[in-house]
Amino acid sequence: MAFSEENLANHLGGLGYSEEQIELMDVATSFCRDKSPIDKVRKLMADERGYDAQVWQEIAELGWLGIAIPEAHGGVGLSMAEVAPIAEQMGRRLLTTPFATCTVAAQALLAAGDEVQCGEWLPRIVAGEIATLALSEPHGDWTLSHVEATAKPNGDGYALSGTKQFVAYAKDAALVIATVNVDGAVRLALIEQSAIPDGALRREIIVDETRRTYELTLDGITIPASALLDAGRSATALGQIELASALLQAAEMCGGTQSAIDYTVEYLKTRKQFGKLIGEYQALKHPITNAYVAYEKARSHMLSAAHNFGQQGVGEIAVRMAKASADKAYSFAADRAVQFHGGFGFTHDCDAGLYRRSAIWHASQFGDAAWHRAKLADLLF
Amino acid sequence: MATRPTAAELADYEAQADAWFRENTPKDPGFMLPLTFMEVSTDQQFEFLCAWQRKVYEAGYLGASWPTEYGGGGMHPDFQRIATKVMKKYDGPIMLNAIGIGWAGPLILDIGSEEEKKKYIKGMLSAEDIWCQGFSEPENGSDLGNAQLKAVRDGDEYVLNGSKIWTSLGDRAKYMILLARTSNEGPNKYAGLSFFLAPMHAPGIETRRIKKLTGEYGFVQCFFTDARIPAECLMGKEGDGWQIAMKTLEYERGAKVNLAGGYFLKELDAMGVVELARQSQRGGKALLDDPVMKDRMIDFMIDIQALNLNNQRRRMGPLVQDRPMGLALMNKLARTEMIRELTEFSLSFQGTRGGYYVDDPCAVDNGYWHRSYLNSFSATIGGGTSEIQRNIVAEHVLGLPKGR
Ligand SMILES: Cc1cc2nc3c(=O)[nH]c(=O)nc-3n(C[C@H](O)[C@H](O)[C@H](O)COP(=O)(O)OP(=O)(O)OC[C@H]3O[C@@H](n4cnc5c(N)ncnc54)[C@H](O)[C@@H]3O)c2cc1C
Repeated sequence: MAFSEENLANHLGGLGYSEEQIELMDVATSFCRDKSPIDKVRKLMADERGYDAQVWQEIAELGWLGIAIPEAHGGVGLSMAEVAPIAEQMGRRLLTTPFATCTVAAQALLAAGDEVQCGEWLPRIVAGEIATLALSEPHGDWTLSHVEATAKPNGDGYALSGTKQFVAYAKDAALVIATVNVDGAVRLALIEQSAIPDGALRREIIVDETRRTYELTLDGITIPASALLDAGRSATALGQIELASALLQAAEMCGGTQSAIDYTVEYLKTRKQFGKLIGEYQALKHPITNAYVAYEKARSHMLSAAHNFGQQGVGEIAVRMAKASADKAYSFAADRAVQFHGGFGFTHDCDAGLYRRSAIWHASQFGDAAWHRAKLADLLF
Repeated sequence: MATRPTAAELADYEAQADAWFRENTPKDPGFMLPLTFMEVSTDQQFEFLCAWQRKVYEAGYLGASWPTEYGGGGMHPDFQRIATKVMKKYDGPIMLNAIGIGWAGPLILDIGSEEEKKKYIKGMLSAEDIWCQGFSEPENGSDLGNAQLKAVRDGDEYVLNGSKIWTSLGDRAKYMILLARTSNEGPNKYAGLSFFLAPMHAPGIETRRIKKLTGEYGFVQCFFTDARIPAECLMGKEGDGWQIAMKTLEYERGAKVNLAGGYFLKELDAMGVVELARQSQRGGKALLDDPVMKDRMIDFMIDIQALNLNNQRRRMGPLVQDRPMGLALMNKLARTEMIRELTEFSLSFQGTRGGYYVDDPCAVDNGYWHRSYLNSFSATIGGGTSEIQRNIVAEHVLGLPKGR
């Protein structure tokens, strides 16, 4: 029995790529490999800032922070499709920087910012100043419009109140874009670094030790009225934030899955027990093959999500499928990676743990596989 | 190779093909038609499908891109692709002679001698000469390299002794692609194997039908008792057998595509499963209101779409740089396992009606889903089991060691 996907494919997107995408993929492949060998990753895990400022500068100089920003704002004028292959290579080498959060923050500005807001911030982001997003709250809900933090009129501006969590690289950020509730409507608010009082940021202890996030207490912060993004485009911006984040995550996760598999395969080819290579045992060989099959499926979805990103309807389906399948693939591959290294797998020194923690992290942000499947059911049934 | 056609030429051709298939695609014959070439059970089915294949061939919509000197149409492959697409559009019956035009034909065109091409290609396209495949043996299935059927050279003939089993269309075939042992010497078990294009109607060859899981027939056991075949049936040289068999399997598993056109397996429509689910009830409510069922269904749709995308990506060099053969080699495993799981899932929608079987008047879609699920094993076992496929991917794509 064969199977026809054509009928389904008519509802969903197909695959394609641009020259620029492939060029960036090639450059990113060697850049990330060279800049982020695993001992460097481990060194940065213990570093307070958590990333290499020099490498960050190089990323900015390569123009990668402006890929999906129009030329009028100092960017390259391509799209998220061209950002994805870079994120994939970063995920593969566990090269964690504010890259993703800056990229998505720029998308939020493009979605709901006015000329002045975009004109001020986008060129600064392109140049390497860090912009980050403050979305999550203590309730832990993935629904971005579930916002309890508030902005209340106060003189010429607004006084903020509430708590934001998992604000990536907030300590170094020139700009924090926070969701706040203004008179019952969710709005995006620009908070400049200078407005954040001492003590408002607490470094969080997170499962993925290669990243840095902070809890941000909004109480005591005031912003001018001009710092609110357009109310009418809030929902669009939230949608854009969610999908852009999920796309970049799916890409990073595909890269991570690939590494988790490569790393484990290497061990299966060298470790011997009972007089033979453990890779000869099908109890290991077949599950790692299943992980590989899942990885290739997830990668096809991710490339489709990149290709179709921004297409009405089809784009959202593709992105959600990409995140759902990347979560499934990464979680399984990294879980088996731990198990297949035996006692060594249980050590902090074994890289399997880095991938496992990274997969948990990604599942925890912007929705896990089950959550995206539920969203897909609403879109498809 | 023929020159690449223009869009206008293709559009013309498509219009012609469309008219032909609209006119000629047979209506429901009043008996159950096989969904795959491995399910041809009755004479009625066999004759119907032979006639259909011949008709398509004679109209020029099969073998359209194969060389004219051997009976093909000599056209650019794009024309054949269009003809096949149109055939699918009108949901035409399958092409029966799969082992002929699907794997023996491409093999002969690829490495066969001029005589072999002249002798065999036309007859397989017209379905005059049905082909079968004699690889598996009772004692050697997955371990194909250990095949033991003996072929001993005696003057101008080879003398065959042994047995082949699970031979699809074995009772209908005129020719068999046969893997046999011509020697027990050599550095390993593979070295003594040879490949034959063997006639099935030779004295000393008998076949016995085997009833399948579905209750139908379709494959046989073949017994060779001092059967004599002409020595020129040997393809290549003695000892080339393994290499040629592996080439054949590439066609069979779809890693290599040079098909004559048409299709050998009816396709299950992904949306058909969704439709079935929509029509099913749980607790007086639509099945798809159940979040658990909904979640599983979406999971399948993600999987189906992944295979669809994999198929597109396979042909996009820059998107398969790290492991160029990965998608091709995992294709059979991924597809057949997904279909098995999905058709199994489809039975669970049916509630009590899942108890009916094919041909009961109350069976949902006349038992189509049960038949599809049970038949799904033909693909997870036939052509190399899923376990063997995993070994292949592990060893050839991931570079893991071969088990000892
Ligand atoms: C519908 C159908 C049509 C077929 N048509 C043809 C045909 O036309 N011509 C032909 O030659 N053959 C045909 N076959 C035979 C098919 O190729 C074999 O059945 C298949 O290769 C398995 O061999 P076996 O049946 O001997 O099973 P075995 O090899 O005995 O396998 C039994 C079980 O052990 C597992 N196993 C075996 N070896 C390993 C290993 N190394 N690692 C892990 N697991 C292992 C298998 O996966 C399977 O689950 C057909 C089969 C079916 C089901």
